[in-house]
Amino acid sequence: MAVTDTSPSAPAAIGFARRRQTLIIGWLLLALAVFVAFVFALPVTGDASFRLAFPGDAFSMPNLVVPAAPYAWVVAAVLAFFGVRQFLPGASRWSGLLFGIGLLLAVTAFLTWATAGKSFSLTGMLQATIVRAVPIALGGLAGVLSERVAVVNIAIEGMLLAGAFTGAVVGSLLGGTGGLVAAVLVGGAFGLLLAALVVTYRVDQIIAGVAINLLVLGLTSYVSSQVLTHYRELNNAPVFKAVNIPFLSDLPVIGPVLFQHNIFVYGALIMVAIATYYLFHTASGLRARAVGEHPEAADTLGINVYRIRYINVTLAGMAAGFGGAWFTLGSVGRFDENMTNGRGYIGLAAMIFGRWHPVGALMAALVFGFADSLQQKLAILRTPIPAEFLAMAPYIATIVLVAGLIGRARPPAADGKPYVKE
Amino acid sequence: MNEARNPDSVSAQLLKRAAPARADFEDLVIVPVLAVIVALVLGAVIMLATGVSLPIIGRSFVALFVGSVGSLNAISETLTSAAPLTLAGLGIALGFRAGMFNIGAEGQVIMGGLAAVIVGFSFPGLPMVIHLPLALLAGALVGALWAAIAGWLRATTGAHEVITTIMLNLISVKLLDYLLRMPWIQRPGRADPISKSVLPNAELPRLLDWLDPTLRVHAGIVLVVLAVLFVWWLLFRSTIGFEFRASGLNPDAARYAGMRSGLIIVLVMALAGALAGLAGANQVLGVLGRASPNFSGGVGFDAIAVALLGRSHPVGVLLAGLLFGALQAGARQMQVSAGVSLDLIAIIQALIIIFMAAPILMRAVFSFAFQKPAGR
Repeated sequence: MAVTDTSPSAPAAIGFARRRQTLIIGWLLLALAVFVAFVFALPVTGDASFRLAFPGDAFSMPNLVVPAAPYAWVVAAVLAFFGVRQFLPGASRWSGLLFGIGLLLAVTAFLTWATAGKSFSLTGMLQATIVRAVPIALGGLAGVLSERVAVVNIAIEGMLLAGAFTGAVVGSLLGGTGGLVAAVLVGGAFGLLLAALVVTYRVDQIIAGVAINLLVLGLTSYVSSQVLTHYRELNNAPVFKAVNIPFLSDLPVIGPVLFQHNIFVYGALIMVAIATYYLFHTASGLRARAVGEHPEAADTLGINVYRIRYINVTLAGMAAGFGGAWFTLGSVGRFDENMTNGRGYIGLAAMIFGRWHPVGALMAALVFGFADSLQQKLAILRTPIPAEFLAMAPYIATIVLVAGLIGRARPPAADGKPYVKE
Repeated sequence: MNEARNPDSVSAQLLKRAAPARADFEDLVIVPVLAVIVALVLGAVIMLATGVSLPIIGRSFVALFVGSVGSLNAISETLTSAAPLTLAGLGIALGFRAGMFNIGAEGQVIMGGLAAVIVGFSFPGLPMVIHLPLALLAGALVGALWAAIAGWLRATTGAHEVITTIMLNLISVKLLDYLLRMPWIQRPGRADPISKSVLPNAELPRLLDWLDPTLRVHAGIVLVVLAVLFVWWLLFRSTIGFEFRASGLNPDAARYAGMRSGLIIVLVMALAGALAGLAGANQVLGVLGRASPNFSGGVGFDAIAVALLGRSHPVGVLLAGLLFGALQAGARQMQVSAGVSLDLIAIIQALIIIFMAAPILMRAVFSFAFQKPAGR
């Protein structure tokens, strides 16, 4: 990027950056169109049939049969149209949306390509998407709650792991509900620890987060190899059963995808809704955001910056603890060392993608959950694409986003800065 | 009124300047020593809480000591474990000095180690004087390039290096999984992801195998000493090192003084990555002889603790690396002879990070060890 001698005025600079972004998106869309045409459309023959219903469903649905090659050609044409549109005047306004739709279409073209000549349960994959999005969404929510008060939360991974561990052990002793409550409390305790370290003892926020991750990894691994291997009954928790929502769960496609889950899925959706209401529609949420954007001003107005940071970071820990319990009480019922396996960092990525908004983080988590469940299905479909590359996709996408190549994610203004009261 | 108690106040600054020795002594000696002791004591408390009896706790601390410095073999193990920690720690320290948070040492270790393995098993027939340096260089270079991605993104787009290095860590883990299954890397006849073995001519030679073939200490420690000297020279005797430190202390002032901040950022990250890549190469060429999933074993994260404990000074990092090497070597002995899981050391290391990063906490709890006005 050449730096010009005459520095442009701020609006002009923003306009220039936006224009550049639109052009990048245009080229990307065109490249995607070419890719879809040559890889997904040209060499492929046969129909892709997607199974929409499970064998025992109330309504039986016919399979959705898509002729793979024609569909891919249509997608390529639409992508090319979107791409060309970016080079015409007035494109900036819609570029982000069109890019999103374009990516979605490309993914569907990919699915029909991978399924061509075979059949594949679409409903099953969408259901898995929702389930796998749960810990990521809750991790993202934990990130949003704490970064909105300007505390960078690298510790999500550790909080999830702590929740998973507590859920397994306490769940084995007291049953599922007890385990869930304990997981939330322990998650909250680590949130409190993070708050104490960064607010009261002014530890660097990133170091505190890394240290908590290492501490939780060490603690849970130590206890699990020192104690749980000898007392197996301490690592055998009940798993929450799926609760079918009456009537809604019988709907075709939507029913199994959305309304036949255990409490973690419903809990995550409710928590995202509550967090959104709290942050954007209540006075305390407004105060919290003020603390994140401009703590000095908030302090001047009589807001207790330290207390608000303590409360929100603890709440973040509780959300992550709930998400962590999903790993044990919501899926397998037993704890394994490091079983969160980087899901907390994907939660962090979801937060950035969701632009520090709970609903945005949920949407990003769904996309990452989709990539996650696609990985499992690709093995069944025997596509030549290695699963590792799909697993990398969220991380690469996050780097692209923070680098501002496509859209810019803006954190709260005071994010990461400690506040020292005068 | 409160001025004397505020560590940033003018009077406190003057006091500090009047008695630099005392302040430095507290910062460089008392805080680290206390951090290690408190972490060890808390480790004992955790053992007690998980039902380990007092005699066994005693035995495990003896094993920790004997296993780290109690015999020639123990010292060899300590040095072997300390080498990668110190190398990667030096890289992170360099970043800290320049105001960069390199959380990505783990990924740089992985990529560097993988590159060193690939060069190490390719080129049969090369003499050792060429093959070994080539493999080391490949490790350093690839580590540098991997880290430079984050540096370049920071310099050109402002993308925060913490996020990008975390993501690069995760990408490198997946990339390793993928590459280890490539037919030109995977060991023939193996179904699990494991690389071919490094050829003997690319291995870091063992230093003491003429005494006892089980002694694992290898020429990597020479590399460590050279790296410590190099980083010391770079930071405190070279112009570019001065620019690193200036940008770390006050980036705006450094920029106004005409220092090229973008170049410095990329250079610091590349150097840090080279050191971490060297740590990875050191592991695969000196100890493991091959690459497998998780071969890095969290070295890149432990190195953060090493850099913090060493106060980002090359000599301090060396001492901290030796201490952590001793802890890890001792932990293996502790697991064998006292039956205490070596994951305990991970807890102790995390606690050391917390205490080192929270001098205010240390001063509040152990006020007797510190001068009065410094606390708050």
